Amino acid sequence: MSPPLLDIQDLQVDFHTPEGIARAVDGVSLAVLKGETVGLVGESGCGKSVTSLAILGLIPSPPGKISAGRTLFEDRNLLAIGPQALRRLRGKEISMIFQEPMTSLNPVLPIGRQVAEPLMVHRNLPRSAAMEQAADYLERVKIPSARKRLNDYPHQLSGGMRQRVMIAMAMICGPKLLIADEPTTALDVTIQAQILSLMMALKEESRMSMLLITHDLGVVAQTADRVLVMYAGEVVEAAPVTDLFDHPFHPYTQGLLRSMPRLGGHDRGRRLKEIPGTVPPSTETLVGCKFADRCPDAFDRCRKEKPEPAGIDRDHWARCWLFEFPKKRGVHG
Amino acid sequence: MGDRTLLQVTGLVKSFPLGGGFLKKPSGWVRAVDGVSFTVARGESFGLVGESGCGKTTLGRLILRLMEPTSGRVTFDGKDIFAMPRTELLQLRRRMQIIFQDPYSSLDPRMKVEAIVTEPLRATSNRTRSQRRRVAAEILEKVGLRAGDLDKYPHEFSGGQRQRIGVARALCVRPDLIVADEPVSALDVSIQAQVINLLGDLQEEMELAYVFISHDLSVVEHVCDRIAVMYLGSIMELAPTVEFIRQPRHPYTEALLKAVPFPDPHRRSEPVLLEGDVPSPVDPPTGCPFHPRCAYCFDRCRREKPSSEEIEPDHWTACWLNSGRGLEGEQT
Repeated sequence: MSPPLLDIQDLQVDFHTPEGIARAVDGVSLAVLKGETVGLVGESGCGKSVTSLAILGLIPSPPGKISAGRTLFEDRNLLAIGPQALRRLRGKEISMIFQEPMTSLNPVLPIGRQVAEPLMVHRNLPRSAAMEQAADYLERVKIPSARKRLNDYPHQLSGGMRQRVMIAMAMICGPKLLIADEPTTALDVTIQAQILSLMMALKEESRMSMLLITHDLGVVAQTADRVLVMYAGEVVEAAPVTDLFDHPFHPYTQGLLRSMPRLGGHDRGRRLKEIPGTVPPSTETLVGCKFADRCPDAFDRCRKEKPEPAGIDRDHWARCWLFEFPKKRGVHG
Repeated sequence: MGDRTLLQVTGLVKSFPLGGGFLKKPSGWVRAVDGVSFTVARGESFGLVGESGCGKTTLGRLILRLMEPTSGRVTFDGKDIFAMPRTELLQLRRRMQIIFQDPYSSLDPRMKVEAIVTEPLRATSNRTRSQRRRVAAEILEKVGLRAGDLDKYPHEFSGGQRQRIGVARALCVRPDLIVADEPVSALDVSIQAQVINLLGDLQEEMELAYVFISHDLSVVEHVCDRIAVMYLGSIMELAPTVEFIRQPRHPYTEALLKAVPFPDPHRRSEPVLLEGDVPSPVDPPTGCPFHPRCAYCFDRCRREKPSSEEIEPDHWTACWLNSGRGLEGEQT
């Protein structure tokens, strides 16, 4: 098996806050193989976005600090190569799409310029040639009459169209890895369907890998090959997508899947299964499992000792004392 | 439904001026709500779904007379709410309340929970402070908070707890109708389930009617007895929930349902994509508002706007495809 394209090991990110040090990411390990789509799911504040920002060195520092870990991209440790080298990588080999296309596009630059910019920076193309390719790419992401709109500003486009521009910008240099942080959360459901199908089609064409960050289990089920579930800064379960939905092991994953109303399901009018309580604040240092207080199955050991990842089978593991297996695997997701 | 009817909305229209200003004529009008009619029975959950900008929030505000309509009528328990004087309206507001989407911006950060929850009581009754406090304590327990929380400020609570405070504020006057405008959209899925369950329990206990506004079809399906879907200010389809989800008869409803990503990796369907964007309400299409995106569109759809017809008992659509095939057609 070829080595993973991206291999994050024991990543730890701290934020200095007035309330103390908040550990937003607490020992996350994850790998993305070539051509694979990995879904990173979890609720707000679980550290999924911080993980993705840390990969590209985009954590604002201060107050943030990557306090431990390695991020191998091919054979380079992204945490060690320095800002210059990272800048040469961003937008060329690793690109990112953000949730809110209005705030992540430059409001005072025409969209054609913004899409052409990566080509001018990374490929040293002259502006006219870059603009020509930008126009082609905007057609590929199905912006209607793209050539006429090169000089439009972001505010003249709808939310869905802006996200298409973002995608064009991220993909135009043919990156090996695309990190998409809640790419469709701000969009209406019919537009979300358009954008997801566009992203998956482009990904197939270019054999790119994708790290998809979302809180929406429906989006993950429809797009990912493998899924990692995060809770309070930790990955609590990792599995191939069908295993995760068919046999969720961690009580938190089970809770998430059960608490969600399903369209066309037979649960109408019945009570939804709740996960009681709320996420513990990340400034708190907890002994034992971080989910123990909300877990219906917690027992003594859960409150005393922190569970290590235990393998259910080769690709499926969970961080839970209920599933302690004789053969413990490494943390690799 | 007869005397079970609590709320009746008839031909409601709301237009907003475009541009213009002081001493300046508006350059045009946007019809945010464009001739909407429906009824809500006592104790019923009525779902209002649609994408952003379809007019569902404006409609919710109109139902409570938080804004004045351009034309049309809303009657609450038989009384025309737009015809009544302010004092009478204030009394009526005891019976109709609203819950907002954002649990952060809808609570005044400088008010204590007690003041927030009892505000509707202060406005509509002349109970003493201690009486009000007792009511508030009771309601807080009911929504899963503690009486001791009365002296805290909103920032001391999590998002889910804040939404419970918003629910308590709406409930403290014991209303008959609550307009819930995206009450769970800002919440995480595990917290969302808590609030949905709470709304369901309270409804059973207090015989509340809800107008439940949401963009999330799976939540609306779970909560509501009947669902109406809006598009560019008009209701396109209205039906009992099971029929709405299983046998949608309007092409827009069908497309909307198919666009929802299903949380099952074994059912990866290539969704039937609805091309294009929602047209701007400033410059709406002629004829049926949905025709530019509709796969079944024909000539008549471009020319004439279809009116809402009852095609099966209690199942209404505004679509030329279904027109004339409905109840009236069968009867003659």
